[in-house]
Amino acid sequence: MMFAVAILGVLAALSLAVIRALKGPTAFDRLLAANAIGTSAIVLLALFGFMTGRPEFLDIGITYALLNMIGTLAVLKFFRYGALGHAQDAVKEREPE
Amino acid sequence: MEQLINMVLLTLLAAITFGIIRVRNLFAVVVLTSAYSFLMASVMIVLDAVDVAMTEASVGAGISTVLALGALYLTKTEEAEPRYSPLLPALVAVGTGAVLVFGTLDLPPFGRADTPLNTDVGADYLARNMAETDIPNVVTAVLASYRGFDTLGETTVVFTAGIGVLMLLKRWRKAARRED
Repeated sequence: MMFAVAILGVLAALSLAVIRALKGPTAFDRLLAANAIGTSAIVLLALFGFMTGRPEFLDIGITYALLNMIGTLAVLKFFRYGALGHAQDAVKEREPE
Repeated sequence: MEQLINMVLLTLLAAITFGIIRVRNLFAVVVLTSAYSFLMASVMIVLDAVDVAMTEASVGAGISTVLALGALYLTKTEEAEPRYSPLLPALVAVGTGAVLVFGTLDLPPFGRADTPLNTDVGADYLARNMAETDIPNVVTAVLASYRGFDTLGETTVVFTAGIGVLMLLKRWRKAARRED
């Protein structure tokens, strides 16, 4: 029962994050919202695992967190250097617009 | 409860899909696609397909985001205005969707016991798996053991495609260097 209520809360948070991701207005709002969606998905996964009696789902949640990290790193590198595949000194730095 | 979670998640997925169609900034599209993948992975978890959810999260939210950003470096960040009316593509998409929905009408209800899915070889695999292969995950056992040659063939195809892409990229890079 406790887990069900918690899941409802996380779903509400997820909806709010999706609204922010859709409304924008800047790219960074969307980025933060996408990050929040990823985190909420991890919490939802853990709660669902405990609710259905399978706490092993926590391991999958950890993998999700790692993947979320990769995505964030790629986006940040893209904003800092404007590219992904080059060494740090090969590309001239670009200001985010 | 599961139905409620699925309903909320699918509604959010639909909202994000419309957002992806409407937004013109390609960077925002990449970010929204990554969010879409995480929501889709959650749907898969609720549907009890943990392995599919894993693939969706790693391919959709992980690698695809990185590749799309790499592609974004080569183009502009704003999507160009379409030169043709989107009416015909929209009609084709809606028609295809209608045909697919029509196809699902013939499917048996979800989880029924007397469908071929549950009466055919499935129960056999479940019964024999542990004694024969000693792999606790039946899906893995079927993929890697019972249909091992099949999987080997698929892996060979993927490997060949990877080699092809690598060779193409290498040639492209050499040509670019010669121009300098």
